[in-house]
Amino acid sequence: MGKYLLRRLAINVLLVAIAASLAYLLAASSLNPQVNFKGRNPPVPEATIDKTLDQYNLNPKKPLLERYGTWVSGVVKGDFGQTWEGDSVNEEMGRRVGVSLRLLLIGTILGSGLGVLIGAFAAVRQYKLSDRVIGVSSFVIMAVPVFVMATMLILAATGLNNAAGSKLIEFVGEYSPGLTGWDQFANRLVHLILPTISLCLGQIAFYSRIQRNMMLDVLGQDFVRTAMAKGLRRRTALFRHALRTALIPAATYFAFAFGTLLTGATFTEKIFGWHGMGAWLVDSINQHDVNAVAAVSTFAAACVLVAGFLSDLAVAALDPRVRVS
Amino acid sequence: MSILEVKDLTVTFPGGIEAVRGVNYSVSRGEVLGIVGESGSGKSVTSLAVMGLLPRNAVVSGSVKLHGRELLGMPEDDQIKVRGKTISMIFQDPLSAFTPVYTIGDQIAEAVRIHQKVGKDKAARRAVELLDLVGIPHPGVRAKAFPHEFSGGMRQRAMIAMAIANDPDLLICDEPTTALDVTIQAQVLEVLKTAQRETGAGIVMITHDLGVIAGMADRVLVMYAGKPVEQGPVDELYYRPRMPYTMGLLASIPRIDGEEGPLVPIEGNPPSPAALPPGCPFAPRCPMKIDACDDEEPPLTEIGGGRHVACIRSREIEHKGLTGADVFPVPVIPPNDVVRIPREQRPTVLELNDLIRHYPLMKGAVFKRRVGTVHAVDGISFDIAEGETLALVGESGCGKTTTLQQIMQLEPPQSGRIVVLGKDSGKLGKEDRKALRGDLQIVFQDPMAALDPRMPVGDIVAEPLRAHGRKNVDQRVAELLTLVGLDPSYAERYPQHFSGGQRQRIGIARALALEPKMLVLDEPVSALDVSIQAGVINLLEELKNTLGLSYLFVAHDLAVVRHLADRVAVMYLGRIAEIGTVENVYDRPAHPYTQALLSAIPLPDPEMERTRKRILLEGDLPSPADPPSGCRFRTRCPKFARLSEAERRRCVDEEPSVVRLANAVDHGAACHYAEEIEVITASDDQEEK
Repeated sequence: MGKYLLRRLAINVLLVAIAASLAYLLAASSLNPQVNFKGRNPPVPEATIDKTLDQYNLNPKKPLLERYGTWVSGVVKGDFGQTWEGDSVNEEMGRRVGVSLRLLLIGTILGSGLGVLIGAFAAVRQYKLSDRVIGVSSFVIMAVPVFVMATMLILAATGLNNAAGSKLIEFVGEYSPGLTGWDQFANRLVHLILPTISLCLGQIAFYSRIQRNMMLDVLGQDFVRTAMAKGLRRRTALFRHALRTALIPAATYFAFAFGTLLTGATFTEKIFGWHGMGAWLVDSINQHDVNAVAAVSTFAAACVLVAGFLSDLAVAALDPRVRVS
Repeated sequence: MSILEVKDLTVTFPGGIEAVRGVNYSVSRGEVLGIVGESGSGKSVTSLAVMGLLPRNAVVSGSVKLHGRELLGMPEDDQIKVRGKTISMIFQDPLSAFTPVYTIGDQIAEAVRIHQKVGKDKAARRAVELLDLVGIPHPGVRAKAFPHEFSGGMRQRAMIAMAIANDPDLLICDEPTTALDVTIQAQVLEVLKTAQRETGAGIVMITHDLGVIAGMADRVLVMYAGKPVEQGPVDELYYRPRMPYTMGLLASIPRIDGEEGPLVPIEGNPPSPAALPPGCPFAPRCPMKIDACDDEEPPLTEIGGGRHVACIRSREIEHKGLTGADVFPVPVIPPNDVVRIPREQRPTVLELNDLIRHYPLMKGAVFKRRVGTVHAVDGISFDIAEGETLALVGESGCGKTTTLQQIMQLEPPQSGRIVVLGKDSGKLGKEDRKALRGDLQIVFQDPMAALDPRMPVGDIVAEPLRAHGRKNVDQRVAELLTLVGLDPSYAERYPQHFSGGQRQRIGIARALALEPKMLVLDEPVSALDVSIQAGVINLLEELKNTLGLSYLFVAHDLAVVRHLADRVAVMYLGRIAEIGTVENVYDRPAHPYTQALLSAIPLPDPEMERTRKRILLEGDLPSPADPPSGCRFRTRCPKFARLSEAERRRCVDEEPSVVRLANAVDHGAACHYAEEIEVITASDDQEEK
């Protein structure tokens, strides 16, 4: 088993490398940092631009593969290069990774956990009113793009704040400056509410649909009947035998769902004014910042593959049939 | 004092489907009640209703009393104290009846801990004890295994262990051995008897197999269309049935000790519970039907001797001493002309010479590597003469299906030779192969899966004709449907409108479309109910005789084989253990495996079942990836166990090949110490002849 996971890990590292390289090559061949110097007054001399860009390994006049080589030799040493303004990409990333991970982790845990529970609940109450309400809402949520959802949440929060007459829910930035200690912590939590909801809803909808189907497959199985024939309560039998077994396929979807979560995070960060990796990606594409784009892509690839690895681990932990062979 | 008393039990599903319409029975301590019926007769629903495990939308009425306490309508809090404690249930399919993600030991320990206040360690120890009791080797180690690591027979043993964990007063067994091979079935039935001895419980045994009931039950209840139609002590009911349905059922079963000739079929199909006929539900299929049968449904009335019958003509049946063979019309099957020519002078239609098929055993998810070889078919030879039926029998995993696939592919085999109708499959061109396919056709096991549900029956039958560019397709389809006993107007309908037996007839019509010379029958009747099965077997026999076909018949039911086949080849782990004419192999089996196989088959005859001595095999089939050295059967061979050390040497070192037995023309066995013995006592009517 350990050998199997080690091999999976090695394959994942290889895949991250390929994904990052492709992202760099795409960014480096399509983005042009020279544009940032154009139209300045007084105009920046061509030689200065070249010199600056050469310094940051961003000059499109250099052959693509040569720039790629320089980038790779840096990345191998853990250095993702510099932004077009000369700042260290690593430092900027260090600031932003925490912001994004906070959103992503909470989004993943809440989204998958609640989604699974709601899906299982809907399956047990199949064709009852609660099941239908859950079904229709999930489809509506999945059909609404994240940025529309986020805007609607902001409108609702504004309405609520106005009605209450005070700022119950804050939704701009990560925290209000000037607070310390517990106040700051509580303030951060308040700021987390809306972005988390906007990120989670889609995940919950997605997982609830999947889990409902898996659970329905399992509910009709003989072993649930056996569990009840042993003398377990219906609820216990459903929870301990049916849900536990139905979790296995849902765990494999974990990796897929994480991809959509990353996309959702980009919009969410941008809309709620969080300075995370997603917002940075949008900004750096606008600024033709090749190294930053490549760094964010590498981060995304690593995240997806970590999710995939975790999903492998989860399946192995949940399903003895995989573990043994 | 009866443990369980069921009165006027009815179960109605949404849509007004009355699955059970008034069942009465009682079970006493230590008594075995057999409930017999075909699929859809409501026998399983009855037992689920007793357990309170029916889906919530089922409406149950009547009364179920356990030790005088009413179970129906009991709140869940009280129900769970009874379930698994006083009543336990053993389900049919042991693979799906265990939760795949917990170990067997944990699941048994869970059953212990639900009803007994014991610690985890103690429950785990009790689970190991129980596994030991049901005869699982190395119970301590096996308790930590997951359900998928157990074989079918082991799982069913574990299921029994779980059911007796809390010393129940009543065990309900729902088709406990239907999914198992015969030798394993014999083992499991032994375990059930042990379990009953240990617990002294009453048993309700639900099955469609009249042989199993004959050997186990004290009393029998026969169900038809949701109602009991006959009830009584097992001997009375088997030897003197008083209801035409029971009579037909008993007469329609092929028996391994029976004579050849047509079986007695019950015409028609069981009624759908949504559309019951007026009056007696069996009337439309009953040869003794009179006008009064349609007036009202006869109640189950007592006729003395603890017997109950629901038939208005039961007195008459008793008076005249009628049996199934007297009442039900026995079809006349025209004789086979080809057989008059001696076998040696007939052309050979199929010849297999040392056929080998090995599969690589792969391991690894990304980088696959070969870790072994599955010896699916490991050198088998046989031939089929024109107009002959050769049956290939053996338990699951013995290589029957692989052999069939190799023949049907018409490709060069891995090793060995396949000659179909004089043509070597290794030397066929593309055109020849297609032409040959018309002469070699197949009928599949599962008639539900073998027909495209979106295609009208006419198109299904016409497909091979169109594929081979035949003309007059419609006319031929009508001919074919008539040939298999279906109305030509059925061509417009879809497979879902037909019952299992009719679907199998459609499958046969499709196989006959190109006028083949040879048919391969892959378990053609194993998915059918007993009363339907007889009709299909008769049809196959008739088609063979009228059309001059030859059959390669694959089956695990040795009783069916005895009826249909001329010669039989017994397979074990990819090799042929014994081969010969049906009379030789059945009456004088020489290979210890054949002997065990034949002795494991339950006979629908209570008296004989009680007096029979079974040769029980130990353990399960070894893995075909790692067959034992020398003789493959030696690990389970009862004879090997009796041999001296010096004699055993030969079994371990030298692989026996099929050798013709000294005093027989067509009988060979692959055993170094082959010895003919009689396993099945000839039935009375045979002795008279």
